[in-house]
Amino acid sequence: MIPGLSHYLIVSALLFSLGLLGVLARRNLVVIYMSLELMLNAANLALVSFSHFNKNLNGQVIVFFIIAVAAAEVAVGLALIVALFRKRQTAHVEDLVSLKL
Amino acid sequence: MPQLSDLLFYVFAGLTLLFGFLCVANPLSRNPVTSAMFLVLTILSMAGLFVLLNAFFLAAVQILVYAGAVMVLFLFVIMLLDMKEEERRRLNKAVVGLGSLAVLVLAGILVRAIVSGSKGAAVEGAPLEGSTRALGRILFESYLLPFEILSILLLVAMVGAILLSKRDLK
Repeated sequence: MIPGLSHYLIVSALLFSLGLLGVLARRNLVVIYMSLELMLNAANLALVSFSHFNKNLNGQVIVFFIIAVAAAEVAVGLALIVALFRKRQTAHVEDLVSLKL
Repeated sequence: MPQLSDLLFYVFAGLTLLFGFLCVANPLSRNPVTSAMFLVLTILSMAGLFVLLNAFFLAAVQILVYAGAVMVLFLFVIMLLDMKEEERRRLNKAVVGLGSLAVLVLAGILVRAIVSGSKGAAVEGAPLEGSTRALGRILFESYLLPFEILSILLLVAMVGAILLSKRDLK
C-alpha cells in the first residue's frame, strides 16, 4: 500500500501512546521527561504530514517553533529536576509526594 | 508498483515505533541511559520520516537540536544525578497494568478515528519541496513577530536554567 496521510497519522498516534505509556508506567523523573519529548515528537510528525499532504508550509513553521520551545522547556525542566534532586536526593516520583519542600 | 520511498516509509515507521517502545518500556534494562540512547535512535528514524515528507530542513533541525543538544542535556543530567536506584526499584504491577490498558484504549480510539474518518479531497498543485529557502521566506515574512518572541523565550529559559542551577537557591 502506498503510504498516505492516514499512515503517517497512525504512526504519530501510536508514538504518542507510547509516550503516554512511559509517563504512566515509569517512575523516574528524567525518563518521564523523555517520554514527554516523545509525545511532542509525535505531534511534530502529525503536523509535518498534514503540511505535506495539504501542500501548505505553515505546518512546518509550527514544527520549527515547537522544536525551539521544546528545547527551552527541556533546559528549564532539567534544571528544576537537578534543583529538586539537590533538596531531596531522589528523582523518583514515589518519593516526591509531599507538597512542602 | 511500490516505489523505494514507499518501502522506506514502512522501514522508518517500524524503526520509529520499535525504538520508541524500547525507550519507554525496555524489557531488558530500566537504566535511564538506555532510554536516552533509544530516544536518540527514535529521533533519528523520525528525521528519516521527515525526509520522506520532503521536510529536509526540519529533518536537519531535528537531528541537530534533538539528537544533538537536547539529548546531550539529558545525558548530562543523568550523569549528575545518581540513577543507579532506578534499576533496583520494583515496578508497581497494578500501575503498569492499568496504564497499559488505558494507553491501549487511547491508541485504539485514535487509530479507529483516523481510519474511519473521511479522507477529503486531495489538494491539487505541485508537491512542496520544503526547501530551506521557502521555509525561511515564510518564517521571516509571515512569522517574524513569533520568531522574535521565540528568541526572548530562549533567553528567558537560559537565564532561568542558570538561576535554578545556582547552589544557594533562595
